[in-house]
Amino acid sequence: MRAIISVIGVDQIGIIAEVSSLLAANKVNILDINQTVLDEYFTMTMLVDLEKLEIPLEELKDKLSQKGEEMGLSIKLQHEDIFRSMHRI
Amino acid sequence: MINNYEIMETIRMLEEEKLDIRTITMGISLSDCADSDGDKAREKIYNKIVDYAGELVSVAEAIELKYDIPIINKRISVTPISLVAAASDEDNYLKFAKTLDKAAKEVGVDFIGGFSALVHKGMTKADRKLIASIPKALAQTERVCSSVNIGTTKAGLNMDAVAYMGLIVKEAAQLTADNGGVGASKLVIFANAPEDNPFMAGAFHGVGEGECMINVGISGPGAVKSALANVKGESFDVVADTIKKSAFKITRMGQLVANEASEMLGVTPGIVDLSLAPTPAVGDSVARILEEMGLESCGVHGTTAALALLNDAVKKGGVMASSHVGGLSGAFIPVSEDAGMIEAVENGSLNLEKLEAMTAVCSVGLDMIAVPGKTKAETISAIIADEAAIGMVNNKTTAVRIIPVPGKDVGDEVVYGGLFGRAPIMKVSEYSSSEFIKRGGRIPAPLHSLKN
Repeated sequence: MRAIISVIGVDQIGIIAEVSSLLAANKVNILDINQTVLDEYFTMTMLVDLEKLEIPLEELKDKLSQKGEEMGLSIKLQHEDIFRSMHRI
Repeated sequence: MINNYEIMETIRMLEEEKLDIRTITMGISLSDCADSDGDKAREKIYNKIVDYAGELVSVAEAIELKYDIPIINKRISVTPISLVAAASDEDNYLKFAKTLDKAAKEVGVDFIGGFSALVHKGMTKADRKLIASIPKALAQTERVCSSVNIGTTKAGLNMDAVAYMGLIVKEAAQLTADNGGVGASKLVIFANAPEDNPFMAGAFHGVGEGECMINVGISGPGAVKSALANVKGESFDVVADTIKKSAFKITRMGQLVANEASEMLGVTPGIVDLSLAPTPAVGDSVARILEEMGLESCGVHGTTAALALLNDAVKKGGVMASSHVGGLSGAFIPVSEDAGMIEAVENGSLNLEKLEAMTAVCSVGLDMIAVPGKTKAETISAIIADEAAIGMVNNKTTAVRIIPVPGKDVGDEVVYGGLFGRAPIMKVSEYSSSEFIKRGGRIPAPLHSLKN
């Protein structure tokens, strides 16, 4: 399964490092990253492959949102098809 | 890869604009559960529902997790019970309602619809028994919803049934007087009822439907309103296009969920209902969309035109996004469930007469309207007749869900909470319709040529 991870919040040092090491620790492969900072507002989207994920999806989502809370960010993981179906014909 | 802007747009629609899937409704045919022994029939009904819908809630939860889309309700609709119970010789069908309730609780769905009868031309003995059982059924069950179709464009209006339903609505409210007459909020009286509607309280599994089907109802007034906020002052051409684009995106999400749920459950996909269904939450209101178009308060002159545009654009945008569109598709205007409608009633800009005009151009009809408890049954019947006449003549579905709230009068308010919201008591005419309703018989079906 391929999913999009979105990270939104105030910019700070180490966002990408923290999120990507959490993903690496859980065997999630990052396929693409896109990030921008606008008025100190950080948004990052990652396309990831969950093929080798060793824990249940729910647990990974919990870990991500926990990490988000620690850093004052919103981190979400959603199957890529929701974006594909809404924005591509 | 999908670009950042698109991803953020979807997330904003889900988080800030309260876009959600209102319901995944599983339609189950109970026609093979009929039995001359009522107990046996009920056993078959219970077993079939539990067997077919056992996984419905867990599948919906798995979809929520996968896409991070809130799915607010999981529901079941069944074959109109008057058809299933007819084979038994029981005098009242309350026990059937209790069986539906028990099955709904067992599988964990929020509502089960189909304690219903289709009487647009005439009433069978079973239809009569079912209708007579409605007030107690709604008072003594928690999740059962009921509907009665009293007219169609092809058959005309069954005015005997209309007269009867006025009494039934009153009784349903009285038997639940302790809870603001909530029984009546679970009863819908239709003209041209759709057979595949996933929304409550009017969902039932029509006789033309398959064995088991998945129908999905979407919601998203907030997303449409926000899109319109970006085109302030632009012409109606731009307004219509903007609504179509939003409706397209919202519906695509509904279709995705419908496909996924059908596949996971191994059930035939039915339809996506394009209705813009509001919730009492601030920001999820159809009235606010109309106001965004430039009306000071919903109900003011211009509201009917605004709603006509909205309703049509939602369908045009949604139709291409979905394989099969059905149900009630359009815009809902349930007063108690829409923060903007409630406010419009409270500030005096929206009244029953204007709502009736609005129902001529949008889906459904007079929905979740609270009226004084002292309102006569004949007056309620007359309100039903007016609304059904609009549906009959315009070849569209109309419905009445009206609650004569016991002990309350104009100026009071009734609070139901949850999706049902709260409703200010609305004024009805003080003049009598009794002699009109007493006539009985049928209003003939309208002519389909000489359209003027």
